Amino acid sequence: MAERGHDSASYAAASDIEEMELVHPKTFIGKYIWSQDAKVIAIQYAITATAIGLVALVLSILIRLQLGFPNAFSLVDPSNYLQYVTMHGMIMVVYLLTALLLGGFGNYLIPLMCGARDMVFPYLNMLSYWFYLASVLILVASFFVPGGPSGGGWTLYPPQVISQGTPGVDGGILLMLVSLSVFIIGFTMGGLNYVVTVLQARTRGMTLMRLPLTVWGIFMATVMALLAFPALLVAVLMTICDLLLGTSFFMPEMQTLGEQSSHEGGSPLLFQHLFWFFGHPEVYIVALPAFGIVSDLLATHARKNIFGYRMMVWAIIIIGVLSFIVWAHHMFVSGMNPYFGFLFATTTLIIAVPTAIKVYNWVLTLWRGNIHLSVPMLFAIGFLFTFVNGGLSGLFLGNVTVDVPLSDTYFVVGHFHMVMAVAPILVIFGAIYHWYPKVTGRMLDDRLGKVHFWVTFLGTYVIYFPMHFMGFAGVPRRYYAYGETAFIPDSVVTMNSVITVAAIIVSLAQVLFLFNLAWSYFRGRESGPNPWQATTLEWQTEHTPPRHGNFGDELPVVHRWAYDYSVPGAERDFIPQTVPHEGEERR
Amino acid sequence: MANPGSHGPGSPEGVRGLVSDWSSDRRVFNVPWGKAMMWIFLLSDIFIFACFLVGYMTMRMSTTDTWPDASEVFALHVGGQQVPLLLIAIMTFILISSSGTMALAVKYGYEKNRRMTAVLLILTALLGASFVGLQAFEWTKLIEEGVRPWGNPWGTAQFGAAFFLITGFHGTHVSFGVLFLVIMAVKVVRGALDDQRPGFLTGRKGRYEMVETLGLYWHFVDLVWVFIFAFFYLW
Repeated sequence: MAERGHDSASYAAASDIEEMELVHPKTFIGKYIWSQDAKVIAIQYAITATAIGLVALVLSILIRLQLGFPNAFSLVDPSNYLQYVTMHGMIMVVYLLTALLLGGFGNYLIPLMCGARDMVFPYLNMLSYWFYLASVLILVASFFVPGGPSGGGWTLYPPQVISQGTPGVDGGILLMLVSLSVFIIGFTMGGLNYVVTVLQARTRGMTLMRLPLTVWGIFMATVMALLAFPALLVAVLMTICDLLLGTSFFMPEMQTLGEQSSHEGGSPLLFQHLFWFFGHPEVYIVALPAFGIVSDLLATHARKNIFGYRMMVWAIIIIGVLSFIVWAHHMFVSGMNPYFGFLFATTTLIIAVPTAIKVYNWVLTLWRGNIHLSVPMLFAIGFLFTFVNGGLSGLFLGNVTVDVPLSDTYFVVGHFHMVMAVAPILVIFGAIYHWYPKVTGRMLDDRLGKVHFWVTFLGTYVIYFPMHFMGFAGVPRRYYAYGETAFIPDSVVTMNSVITVAAIIVSLAQVLFLFNLAWSYFRGRESGPNPWQATTLEWQTEHTPPRHGNFGDELPVVHRWAYDYSVPGAERDFIPQTVPHEGEERR
Repeated sequence: MANPGSHGPGSPEGVRGLVSDWSSDRRVFNVPWGKAMMWIFLLSDIFIFACFLVGYMTMRMSTTDTWPDASEVFALHVGGQQVPLLLIAIMTFILISSSGTMALAVKYGYEKNRRMTAVLLILTALLGASFVGLQAFEWTKLIEEGVRPWGNPWGTAQFGAAFFLITGFHGTHVSFGVLFLVIMAVKVVRGALDDQRPGFLTGRKGRYEMVETLGLYWHFVDLVWVFIFAFFYLW
């Protein structure tokens, strides 16, 4: 094989590498609407995801108002309640978190951090966004069709979801299924771009083991998404057939509303297997980018190299692989073979090992670091608390015997909101505070940021922590109203009100955050190119914000890993990746 | 290898090569971007077909009704005789042959033989189109005999559902392949792959490697057919 290994003398010749074909449009529309620049596409993704995410946030407030004060408002009826729960879940998981972390942060950071001028196939990248936008619009359209959006739960379990009597069965569910298919097609276009860019288009000196962990996290999550979304696509296509063609992939023979259904012999369990073969990796598709980003935030703001870089990379890879063999722990009560439960409980607990390694390494990164309690750092540390809490309740649910009584209670709601909703969203906030100066050239306001952090962090604890106790009390989830139920104590009713009030306050804090984003764009303090004194390539660009093509005439050359902070004997407490080692020639 | 000792004295050459490939800078695989992307796309596509086929197997194992007998359902009436698997044998032969012509097109492409490349691409497209045509014939025949997605005269309802969905999904893949084969043939005829000018219908500059990338897709679609053939017609 060719001589092109680690050895610095054997870099591939420049002519060996394909040149990026960059389209430099002149018009406003070409630059910002039909843009092929990954950075603009990233912002398009981020704005769209935030917009649809706000819809889901409003839905959650409507849900909470109903639960907290069941008789005070008549905003939602029982059907609406189910529809809002469904749409809230689906939007948050797929259309907000997945799109924002991979489409938003992935597009912005991968080319910059790898030292590429753009994604490898910019045109495809642009198409990816427009497919995503189309999928969002189709989903939103389901609010306006007769019967409204689907109310079958975000897990889309048949036979419920396409049976007469479920809200949205006349049109909403079809739109959701179509929207998901379009999303998957669009994501595949983007995802292929991210993976190939990381693998094939890095700059000179940027080996895989010099990549910042952010890129590793997004890369692995994208690979997983490319392998997990197919299962969802198949499940969705089969459900569409059951709905429109009268096939019986998932629909068993049954009586609905006093009538014999036309279906026979389908297996609802098959749907659950397909769905969770997507659904569990999806948890880590959201979590791994957050893991990666938080590693970089902690190292940068603690002025210390990340503890155990190689271990962190391998933990990301191992988590990615293991997450494909744990899916049935969502199905302990589904009626599948009990031996499966044993197997999947075991793999579920094994996945805690690499995850715990990551948590220890984050904490050890902080240990004796020069910790700056800047806003991104606050969010990163907040993530550690929330993630450990959510992870520990995951150990309860991973064991079959403990899971069975806790299934479909508020314990589950508390667990996954802690670990999958709040933890990644805290990282997203931290990341926005961290990279906003690079995107706009201005700093976000610090005081507003700190208020935003404390209200969000403490508020989410008030919201989700009591849910664990409600779960132990046996309060079931997805109920419109509990009424006079013997086993539900008064304290639960009070708790529900408290949670609702906290949810409203936390939501208002997000308005503050949006205001901060808008205000700082015009009035924020000028940040300069590298306000956090970070080492990675995106902070070493010629212009801030970086122009199309990211770097100047010459691509940067990388000489070291991404974590040279507080190196003994160095002039400053950070050494950018582009600085050669002593005695090494600058190439 | 610059420093063979760096990966341990006992590690075999293959392992050392793998390690040095994956830890090298700039790129992991020594292939053009388009080809790397196609491989990863195919990996993703494998998961789609795997989910379809595993779902089909699950249905077939768990259904309480009888599954129609493949050798009767898919038989052709020729000269008063029931010949099992005749049509499908022809279809499979056609598709596998098209893989051969595709491979030859790639070979002539790298030799920059424009004429032969174009001819073989068109031939491949024709074979693919006739596969789709025969599939349409097969569907028509089954539908005339009463097979529907929601039921059939011989047994469990899932037979028609799984058959139409999975062969339909594969047929769509073949159809798209034919479309791209035609586009590629036009590019070759216009000489767009020789002088690397922006090509026909797509803006990307062409190289003959594109023929191979398309070939990867085509061979994949053939390979998937082998599995569908085995699971639907031979089981």
